[in-house]
Formats: sequence, structure tokens, C-alpha cells
Amino acid sequence: MTTTDIRAPEKYVGRPVDRLDGPAKTTGEARYAAEHHYPDLAYAALVHATIARGRITAMDTAAARAVPGVIEILTHENAPAMKPAPKVSLLDISTMASGTSVNYLATDEVHWNGQPVAVVVAETSEVARHAAALVRPAYQELPAVVDFAAEEPNAAPQKSSMLAETSADKGDAHAALATAQASVDLRFTTPPHNHNALEPHATIAVWDGDRLTVHEGTQNFGWLRKHLAKRFGVPERNIRVVSPFVGGGFGGKGMVWAGTLLAVLAARATGRPVRLALTRAGVNHTVGGRTASTQRVALGADADGRLTALIHTSVSRTGRIGGTPEQITSASRHLYAAPNIHLRQHLVQLDLLANTSMRAPGESIGTFALESAMDELAWELGMDPIELRMRNEPERNPVDGKRFARRLLREAYAVGAERFGWRERDPRPGAMRDGRWLVGMGVASAYHPSWKLPASVTVRLSADGGVEVRCAMHEIGVGAATVQAQIAADELGVPLEAVRVRYDDSDLPLGAMAGGSMQTASVAESLLAACRKLKQSALALARRAADSPLRGRRLDELEARDGGLHHGASGETYAEILARAGRDHLEAAIKSGALGMVGMLRERRRWVKAACGAQFCEVRVDPDTGEVRVSRWLGVFDVGRVINVKTTASQLRGGIVMGIGLALTEETQVDPRTGRIMNAGLAEYHVPVHADIPHIDVHCLDEPDPTMPLGLVGVGEVSITGVGAAVANAVRHATGKRIVDLPITIDKLL
Amino acid sequence: MRVNGTDEKLDVEPWVSLLDALRERLGVTGPKKGCDQGACGACTVLADGVRINACLALAVQYADKEITTIEGVTPHPLQEAFVRHDGFQCGYCTSGQICSAIGMLNEAEDPAALTDAEIRERMSGNLCRCGAYNGIVEAIKEVAR
Amino acid sequence: MRPFAYVKPADVAEAVQAVATEPGAKFLGGGTNLVDLMREGIERPHTVVDVTGLPLDEVHELPGGGLRIGALVRNSVLAAHPRVRTSYPVLSQAILAGASAQLRNMATVGGNLLQRTRCPYFYDLAAACNKREPGAGCDAIGGFTRSHAILGVSDSCIATHPSDMCVALAALDAVVEVRSVRGTRRIPLVDFHVLPGDTPHVETTLAADELITAVELPPSPAPSRYRKVRDRASYAFALVSVAAALEVRDGTVAAVRLALGGVAPKPWRAREAERLLLGGPATEEAFRQAADAELAPATARPGNAFKSGLARATITATLRELIIEGEAA
Repeated sequence: MTTTDIRAPEKYVGRPVDRLDGPAKTTGEARYAAEHHYPDLAYAALVHATIARGRITAMDTAAARAVPGVIEILTHENAPAMKPAPKVSLLDISTMASGTSVNYLATDEVHWNGQPVAVVVAETSEVARHAAALVRPAYQELPAVVDFAAEEPNAAPQKSSMLAETSADKGDAHAALATAQASVDLRFTTPPHNHNALEPHATIAVWDGDRLTVHEGTQNFGWLRKHLAKRFGVPERNIRVVSPFVGGGFGGKGMVWAGTLLAVLAARATGRPVRLALTRAGVNHTVGGRTASTQRVALGADADGRLTALIHTSVSRTGRIGGTPEQITSASRHLYAAPNIHLRQHLVQLDLLANTSMRAPGESIGTFALESAMDELAWELGMDPIELRMRNEPERNPVDGKRFARRLLREAYAVGAERFGWRERDPRPGAMRDGRWLVGMGVASAYHPSWKLPASVTVRLSADGGVEVRCAMHEIGVGAATVQAQIAADELGVPLEAVRVRYDDSDLPLGAMAGGSMQTASVAESLLAACRKLKQSALALARRAADSPLRGRRLDELEARDGGLHHGASGETYAEILARAGRDHLEAAIKSGALGMVGMLRERRRWVKAACGAQFCEVRVDPDTGEVRVSRWLGVFDVGRVINVKTTASQLRGGIVMGIGLALTEETQVDPRTGRIMNAGLAEYHVPVHADIPHIDVHCLDEPDPTMPLGLVGVGEVSITGVGAAVANAVRHATGKRIVDLPITIDKLL
Repeated sequence: MRVNGTDEKLDVEPWVSLLDALRERLGVTGPKKGCDQGACGACTVLADGVRINACLALAVQYADKEITTIEGVTPHPLQEAFVRHDGFQCGYCTSGQICSAIGMLNEAEDPAALTDAEIRERMSGNLCRCGAYNGIVEAIKEVAR
Repeated sequence: MRPFAYVKPADVAEAVQAVATEPGAKFLGGGTNLVDLMREGIERPHTVVDVTGLPLDEVHELPGGGLRIGALVRNSVLAAHPRVRTSYPVLSQAILAGASAQLRNMATVGGNLLQRTRCPYFYDLAAACNKREPGAGCDAIGGFTRSHAILGVSDSCIATHPSDMCVALAALDAVVEVRSVRGTRRIPLVDFHVLPGDTPHVETTLAADELITAVELPPSPAPSRYRKVRDRASYAFALVSVAAALEVRDGTVAAVRLALGGVAPKPWRAREAERLLLGGPATEEAFRQAADAELAPATARPGNAFKSGLARATITATLRELIIEGEAA
């Protein structure tokens, strides 16, 4: 990756610093949730329902109990009670933590095909799994509604919340569409997806009286701890969640799902430390994925390509037992300056496992529809698709006139077109060839809202010059500790090696969830404040001494560098300040509070904040078989200031890779007769492999967002948005075919 | 069984996989369990220098083999190259990627001549859901040359 | 998986004796399919006879130009064998198109022949499957059929045979040698696997106590190649694959072999297409017509109806590539 800005060499922010956990992850030393040893550890395995809806009428556990090594089999007939999941309330968003509303093993009801109905605890994992296969539940089946396509006409309007609006109306879009000089009106479908992080969900639960330790890869320490406290009736302070490494999350480890609860329950029931490591199929059957959707995008324009109408409607699904409605039309609120806009989102509730957030929920599939339709409109108009976008670039947020905090989409396209060689694109469909391969080039816009949440951080400065940052963060592969260490080193003016970040334990001050691209900015804001507070304390200490060169100075006059505070040539190190004062450390803490949350919401009413970008895709399509290969990619992003060029580029590439999966290969196959996921494994759910992914060029404009801490904007999700459309648009260019149903598989191109 | 240069006396049932024997019985947790069905490559280890999926291997079948896991290859230039090129994010596939790359370089007649496309095809048995494929290929190329 | 007794015989005689006396026994080779199926609870042998120590792991040249491949030769070793690469490129390419390098390092030739289908309804114990449980019904029919067969299917089963290697072997007229306590038997590869009919649980003509000891290839045919089309660029099972060998003289097809994968319950030797092609013009139109004739009896479902068109396109492309290759040589 390149950035346009070269930074002062003494600063760490902006540099391609190697991940601090690199050695641990490349030597096998990094221990993930399932890899902690306890003497007396017992192993659990789940029994999953095989019907979509009904009641358990009998549970034959005799054969399973007879297997040597079985310790206990928990079913609804004998399991200790868990408290029900709390009702969701926006006053305490941790109430959203529950993956589903089912009170596992406290009910004979089956709500989806795959719901856990029993837990086997045994001396080894092999015995647990073997015995689980011998448990024989009997069911009384009830009618179930599991077919999304069939239910879609019965969708109900999706309610807005203060976190996400679900509709918008400006002018009269339908009338404008009817009279538009050029128009397109397309219906899109996208299938369900599963995160399929490489690490299957695993929990080790250890009770000591009414104190609980949980090892788990989580994207949300705070919610997990609070939720467990509620479900198991113990004070939050009694629960410790340990999570040094998360083997991939993408949203799938943000909520609390059955495996976690049942591991804790099994540990309580057996009095043993219990490990429940889900099988790959078990993950698919108990952890929700991305919703399926159908969408309509209709666009009207005048002959010059100025949009006169933008209609974007969607239907998605949740489970009857919970789920997270997605903001599918979100990007249509922000991307184009249409005078007439109509946005609606609808939902159906099915007897399926609750859906959940998966990388850019809503925007990833919403931009597929919107940006495909824009491309089709460009074909309709005979206009270059970048030019069409430039003609509709808004000055203010289209639906409500709010100001953009910052928006460099024009620049992204300009830089991208140059770098990608867009000029060489022959606009005629099928005109470009490489041998027999048809070559196509497509673009699409990426757009994802920026959020931040309150976070607590403590920074401690020791007399030896060492700095310790304490903040519970989620290392899901984003380099969480690395980037915060860079920030702390710069703010305090100490070498990176002097900074230690402790982040792996819920007993630390709680940061923000690793979701919604929020963690880095949220923690950075509090870290900056904590560092400033710490410097103020150091300065106050120094100013008490008559001989301090800092006497009489204000913090704003000083520069933090060389391990201390300086004014021009004079200054002193923190070590000197602390030594003189006879202190062995100084500490500064920033605590998150409810006020922080209110402030965030108030700020969102003022500004529209987002990351955005331009995706450039080149594909090769085999004219005989319809095989599509992505041959080149460029993403140019406006993600504010880049803290770590290396990890940022990786995260952006990762989103593009997942987007290529969304575009070409990924689909969770839910059997419409039974609600059963039929490809609950990695052999049949096709995530991209090495051979699917070309070199991905990533470029960041690196201009700070004035409304965000250090000017940084989260990068976790923006890069998956627009990818599906960029691929579809390149395929359209190569073949002349507009594919509106994801994934773009061979059968659709033959 | 010899594991990472040490003779290990293992008394396991015949239905225990090599992966579970390593992870659960010997505490060698570098090899990861991503799918337990030969579909992800996270469990890749070297058996007499040949890369295999430990999840589909019964431990008893490998009693007379020399098993090398990520712990046993340390230090290896690929490890530093992975860090330098950021060939991982969450790290869960990394042990398998590195062991697989070592096996792959052993298999190639002329590792230095491998093109990007050849490396990608030969490494396609190792999934990375974080999408660190570019960095992995760069790291392998650097070490192969 | 269900506990089992583990036996490691010292020689072939001991191995076949072990299964002859133990009806619930299974031979274990590389384990890449059997271990997975045992863990899933689909295969539940009482005894596992590990044959990987037997001396069946060599490739010999046969007098007259053929090859004898030991049943325990690992897939990767066979693909890399110099004679296979030069004389039977279709076989080398087919093996390398299958699975991953790790799995090819483990999997044996004999085991590859005995791979079981990847039908998701076969794999999921919650689904009805006649192959897994005779008489239970078939949930694949009416379900997701993207990976399923269009040729040779029955009302009982529409599952495909997943092997790539076997498709090449079918085109190469390979012969399978098997041993039991009753002696040695040779089965042409094309007769080794059987169509489902109303007994889809019977997949081969191999008796339960017979051990595959070798696969023999007759002298190499005309230039050959393998083309596999799948849902990602690598590490996926075939939607359609084609193994072909073609010799053209003066614009006329002098010799042709054609076999298909991904479209049938067994490696599908395309005899009808071969018959139409032989002696005819080597043109794309002729290739297409031959493909259409082969695919005429196809029984498609909504989820796999595209396979006829894809198979025709892939056959045509593969034969065209062989002509281009021949012209270049």
C-alpha cells in the first residue's frame, strides 16, 4: 500500500509497524480459546435438533450414557436452570448480546433445525462426540416457515431505531422515475452467508464457587460478561473473560451464542472445568450468519446522467427467536444527489436460527444492488460509469442535508482511474480479450458509516520509563495492541519498545466492541485523553520542583519526545520527573460512561461520518464455461488518517477478499423444505482460496477526518462494500450479461 | 512417535486423530483445528517432511513417523517473512500456512522459479478467512528466492 | 467416531485374511475419506485394517509400454511420476486438479477409487439417503442438486462420484486388480463402479473382503488432457470435468477417448460421443454434436440443469485444446 503523506520519521503513527504479536502467531505460541489446559478438564459436545420446529417428546440417552468416559448428559429434563435472556433495550445496548432468545435446555421447544437440545460432557473430546451421536431425541413436529423466497411477499416494514433508520422519503421518487429520460429498474437477490472464521467457536468455562472464568474468542468482552452475569445470576465482577487471541470473528463472535452458555452451564452442572469446542457444522448450526435479501433498485436520470429518482427497497430476514435487522439501504442514503429518494426496508421472520452481523451488515449486500444498478444506468446512458458517479456526487447528505464530516470519493475515483489504467478500458461489452479469455473492468463505490463508542483506558508510566496501556480489546486480527501502542508511543514521546499493551482480560478497563469498525477509533479517543492526562500529571509533578526546566510551562507549549516533555532544547524525561518526586509510577484513567454514549449520538445528528472508497475490478471470463477469475484489483479508500500502513492495508485487502467470496462463490444453502443448512462445512461453503485471489492493490488517501480522534476512521468493513458490484460490473463489461443474483456462478453465465 | 525431534510415548486409542493427539495429549497446540474434515489446512503438519492434514490422520498410522509442527520448525525464515509481509491477521491459519509452505517448497523442483500463480495453486489447501493471501505469497516468494 | 479395533497386517495375505474373518472390517489407506466419514458417523466399521504398510506403493513399467500402479501409491507421487507426466498427462492433471496438496500427499490410489460421494444429504445424518440407509428415501431429489448427477441416475439416488483421478482412469482404459482369500481378479475401471439403480448403497463391484492391489494402464493413448470446472479456482469438487485423448489425422478423428466427471454416479466413459466422433471431422461442430448425443439421456433437476450445457462446452473446449496442442507439437 502507498499513502500520499510521508510522516516525520520519529513518529510511529502512519508507519508500517510489524504486528507486536507477530512472533507469537508465527511460532504457534499464541493460545486460542480452546488451548488452555486445566487439570480435570472435561469435554462437551452438542446434540443438535434435526427438525425446524416442534417439541421434544422423548430424549433417549441410554446408549450415550453407557459409553465409558461419559460424565453427564444434560437435556431439558435435567439441566440446571439458566435465567432467560434479558429483553432488548436501547438504554443498555448490552441487552443485544443474546444471539437468540431461546433459553437452552430449559424448554422442550425446538425453534430451528440445528438448535442444541442436549450437551454431553465426557473425559475426552472423542468420547463426548461419539456419545452425542448416540443421543436419540424424539420430536413432535410443528409447521415451520423456513423458505425465504416463499415468505418474502409477506414481509412487514422494518422498524427504525435511533441507531439505524430504515426508510427515507424525499420528493416523489416514483413519479420522477416514471418520467425519467433514462431509467433502470432491477431486482436483486443475495443469499445467506456464514462468517466461517477459521477458528470455530470454543469456550472453556471454569467455576470456582460463584466465580467464573471463561476462555473464549470474543468480539465483545463487555457484553459477554454482562450477559453471563444475567443468565447465571452472579455479579458481573465475579466473571472474568480471558481472550488474548480471537481466531477471526467478522461479527460471528460479537453476540453470545448457545455454545458459550452451554459450556458455562455444563461446567456448573458437573463441577468440572468444561471445554466446548464447536465442530464446524456446529458453528453453522448455532451461530447466526448474514441474512438473505431481495432488493429492488430503480434509478431515473436525465439525458446527462443526473439522477432524478432513486428507489431502493429490501426484504431480509431474522429468526422468530431473534436476529439483527440489517441496514440494507444505508448507502443509498448517502451516495447520490438525487432530488427524489424513496428507501424502505422490510423483514420476514422465519423459523430459522437468528441472523447476526457479518462484516458490513446491510452495506455489503446493499451496495451490491445499488452499485450494480448505477452501472446498468451508465450502460443505458452510454456513459462512463465513473463519470456517471461524479455527476451525482452530493455536496450534502442527500436524504437530510446534513454535512459530511469529510468525503473524498471524487479523489478516490480520480486516483484510482489513473492507477488502474481505466483509460485503457474499451467500453464496448466483450471487446477486451486476453487470448480466449474475455476481459472486463468494473467499478463501484464503497461506503460505510463511522462510529465510535465510549471506551475506558488506563495508562501507567513507570519510573523506568516504561508505559503500560490497559484496555480490554479484541485481537481479531486487526493489530489492536500494535496500533494503540503506536499511538501511545507518539503521544507520550517514548519508543515503541517502551510501550506494553495489556488487552486480553475483562478485568482490565473495558474498551469498545470489535464491531461496526469501531474499536480502534473508540479506544484511540480515550487513549489520547489518558495520555494527555498523564502528561499533565507529569508536568504538574515537574512544576513543583524549583529546578525543573518545565517550571512555568503549560502542556500545550511542550513536545512529548525522547521519553519526556520538552520545550525546545530544554526539558526532562518522565524518569527524571518521577525520580525527583520519589514516585515509582504515574497513572491516568479515562472511564467510559453513559454521557459518552449521549455525546456520540448528538454528534451523529450533526455530521454524516463515513469511510468511503472506489473499487476497481478486472475479471477474466472463460467464454466456453463461464468461469470467472478476478485478475486485478485496486481499492482506493478514504479512511481518514492511517495509523499503521501495514495492518490497515491487510484489513482492507481482507474485506476485498471476503467481498470476492460474496461476489463469486459464497452461499449458505438453507434447504427450503427443512430449514437445514446443507453446506455447513468448509468443503461445500466456498470461501476464496489462494488461487482465487490476485494481487490486490490498496491505496489510502490518508487525509484525517477532523471529527475523529487523530483523524482516523475504522477500516474493518468499508472495503467489503462495493466489491460485489465491482465484480458484477466487470462481468457485465466482459460478457454483456447483468447478473443480479449472487453469487455469480457459472450456471448464470452459460 | 517422534514429535519435533523428541521421542514421545503416546498411548492413544486408534480413533484419536494425529491432530487431537498433538493438541490434547501432547499439548502441542500450534497445529489448529479449523474444520476437522480436511477442508481448511489449519492442521497442516509435516510427516517425514511431507505436508499432511493432521485432522484426517489417525495417530496410530503415524507411529513410526517424524512429525514436525510449527513449534518444531522454529526458527524458520518463513516466520519472519510472514511478519514482515503481514501474511496473517487473526493468526489461526498461520501455523498451517507456514508448515504447508515449507512442505510446498520441499515439493517444488525449483522453488525460486515458482510464479505467483503456481504458489497460489500449491497453497490453495490452506484457507485464510482474514484474506491475508497476498502477504503469504509475498513471504513465500521472498524465502524461495 | 465409533470405537473400533485397529489391525496393521504385515503383508497382503494377512490383510485379506483379516477382513475375510471380520465382516465389519474396512481397509484404511490414506484416511482422507474414511476417517472423515467415520468421524461423521456415516462409516462405522468394527475393525479397521490399516494397509498403508503393505508393499503396494510402487509404480512399475509393464512390458509393452503400460504402467502398473500399486494401490498404495500416494496421489501426489503418482501425479509427479515422470512416466505419468509424459505419457499420461490426463492422469497427472486430473490428480493435481483434485483436493489439496496435503490431501494428495495422504490419499492412495486404491482409496481414491473408493471415495464416496460428497452429496450433502449423504453427509448429513439428519437427511434421508438411500445410499446411507437403503430404503430411507432421497432428500437430494427436490433439494440442492448443484453437485449432483444428470447421467446414470435413478429415482433412488442422484449423487455423483467425486473423484477426478478415476475420470482420467476411465478414459485410459485402466484395469483394477483386486485380491481376496479367493484369489486375484481384474476389473476394468469402467466396470468397477456401478450405477445406483435401486441399490445406491452398492457403489462398486468390489466384494467386501477384496483389497485393491494395483491399477494397470495400457500403453498411453494419443495426447490427452484433463479439464475441471468448479465453483472456485482450486480446492473444490468438479461441477463438470472432462478427461480426453484425441488423435487427429488429416482433419479426421483417428482416435478418441472421452470421460466425464461431476455428472454421473460413476466416472462416465462417453462411449456414444466417442462413437460419433471416430472417423468424423475434427471440428467444433462435430464435438458439440457428439457431446449433445452423449448428454441426450440426461435427467436434470432445477439445480443442475446447467450441467448439460456446461459439459458440452467443456468437452468442446477440451477437444479444441487438444487439437491446438497437437498442432503446436
